[in-house]
Amino acid sequence: MSLVAFLGSLDAQTIVDAVGLGAVYALMAVGIGLVFGVLRLVNFAYGQLIMAGAYTLAFTSQAGWPTWAGIAMCFVVVILLSGVMDRLVFRPLRTQSPAVMLVTTFAIAFLLQNVALLIDVRDDTIGEPAASVASLNEAVTIWGLDVRKVTIVAVVVAAVSLSLLALLLTRTRVGLQMRAAATDFATARLLGVRANTVIATAVLLSAVIAAAVSVLLTVQNPLVAPDFALKETIIVLVGVVVGGIDRLWTATLGGFSIGFATGVINGALPTDKTVFLPSVVFALVILVLLIRPSGLFARSGTSLVERV
Amino acid sequence: MRRLDPWLQLAAPVLLVVSTAIVGSFTSRATEIYFLTAITSVAIVVAIYVFVGNSGVLSFGQISFVAVGAFAAGVMTVPLDSKPGVLPDLFPLLRDHTVGDVPSLVLATVVGAAFAFVAGIPLMRLSGLAAGIATFAVLEITHNLLREWTKIGPGATTLALVPETTDLTRAAIGTVVVIVVAFAYQRSRFGRSLRATREDPAAAQAVGIDVHRQRLWAFTLSGALAGLAGGLYVHMLGSITADQVYLELTFVTLAMLVIGGLTSLWGAVIGALAVSGLDSFLSEAEQGVGVGGVTIDLPQGARLVILGALMALVLVLRPSGLTGGREFGLPRPRGRQPLATDVTSDGAASGPA
Repeated sequence: MSLVAFLGSLDAQTIVDAVGLGAVYALMAVGIGLVFGVLRLVNFAYGQLIMAGAYTLAFTSQAGWPTWAGIAMCFVVVILLSGVMDRLVFRPLRTQSPAVMLVTTFAIAFLLQNVALLIDVRDDTIGEPAASVASLNEAVTIWGLDVRKVTIVAVVVAAVSLSLLALLLTRTRVGLQMRAAATDFATARLLGVRANTVIATAVLLSAVIAAAVSVLLTVQNPLVAPDFALKETIIVLVGVVVGGIDRLWTATLGGFSIGFATGVINGALPTDKTVFLPSVVFALVILVLLIRPSGLFARSGTSLVERV
Repeated sequence: MRRLDPWLQLAAPVLLVVSTAIVGSFTSRATEIYFLTAITSVAIVVAIYVFVGNSGVLSFGQISFVAVGAFAAGVMTVPLDSKPGVLPDLFPLLRDHTVGDVPSLVLATVVGAAFAFVAGIPLMRLSGLAAGIATFAVLEITHNLLREWTKIGPGATTLALVPETTDLTRAAIGTVVVIVVAFAYQRSRFGRSLRATREDPAAAQAVGIDVHRQRLWAFTLSGALAGLAGGLYVHMLGSITADQVYLELTFVTLAMLVIGGLTSLWGAVIGALAVSGLDSFLSEAEQGVGVGGVTIDLPQGARLVILGALMALVLVLRPSGLTGGREFGLPRPRGRQPLATDVTSDGAASGPA
């Protein structure tokens, strides 16, 4: 099938769904990119923050809480957990090599996933349904297209958060400090930027985004299990590095692109043709990294990573 | 005394593995498997260490070479008359031939090395996160092909009927071979060149070291050892699926390496044995185990939580690992100990503190 024929065969429905997926992935990319910017830490445990939020939604829903209260609780839990993670794990490790920090976040992810499993299996089944947010999964028909409400919400939430974040980063004092810290933390500190304030802000913003993502993902996948959001986190991490992790915009664009591409490919190809798809996608990832190691959308010559 | 240091650095990990095997041989059949698993994980972690530890480049791809080694050794040792039944779609070459277990280990080594060499030619140009993600992509591609391509293996089903020939003796011999090769490499001209690029790539290039070539050597050697470890692994289990040599094994073995100490062979061995030992103890404790008159009985599922918590704790409290990234050495009276990142304290460069 030629590329033109392939693109021609895409219907508007597939595009709409892919945009919704891309929006969620872009949000996750921002959350990972914010923390990376100030800490140079790739937080693999980001997916487990989302998972914790999803479990909060499931348990509050089973306890009969109103939806708004469940969502509020979800934000509280994710922000608290993220703060604890920063204080107990990220702060002692700030001066360590990226390899040690990344492997530590694996260990944290592993720990949180197994804590979730321990809590989840108390009722002898794995997986907890979150019924309260399911109403968002209904579709509304716009111009003959079935658009699920959650897709609209995802796109709106992504657009609003990205705009607010852009304003925060470019128009406020703490935003300026965060950008300075992301460029050169040592110099920024010499010039009076408070490291703990900047890092706490980045971690907080990243946690708020994680909570929003856990609501959006729970709507689409209301059965919450311990590996919730794990697959998505891995894909987004790949997307973020392929896009260019050094800057927030390129990281976000990378996250959106990989989400959009996944959505389009899944929607357009029949299942029996997609078995070798991961190989093709990851071969492309390798190719992009070889040609542009600092990221597809990154400016050339301004990167942390280099080829030998 | 000082001239003995290199030999001690080799003897300590070898003796540790051999004594683990000897202790294991005195235990019951049910307990023996814990010792076998621990020794095989040493082989896998040391294979990863050869590249990651010496080059300082993080790779998530080394388990791919364990996987191809395991499947090569597994597919080629399934008895000939069972092959059409369990592996109907194989290429005729693979379907009509079967080799013994020892040749299958050699085959696993060669396949691992060849795959690592081919993948390494382009990938070894990358550093940092790009290298991490690109090697992860290799893992994904390997897993995808092993899982879906029924002409080279069992596809999504379990590869069964592999002879269970990895007993304690063979596991120990294989793992000692891996350790000796890793030790010989890190003391060779190539190993030292690569360690120089780890400490300072620019300075290493300035004295004429070809970074790409040195990394490719280590990547290929690591692939060979990982293939061998994969061969031992599949002959230990007797059956394998593509999912068993994928994400979880990657994370656990990398965690073992970092917990032991990323930059030393001793660290790789200690990390693998410590984490496997703890894991085995906790699995027993879930059934209830008596220690010094006190019976420990953990609830089901607590094992992984405690394991995760202890791994995180070690990494936070001792980020340079249990061994501090140093090779084994006898304690000797001295003032302040040098830092782990100090080149002079590097086990291969001079004696440890």
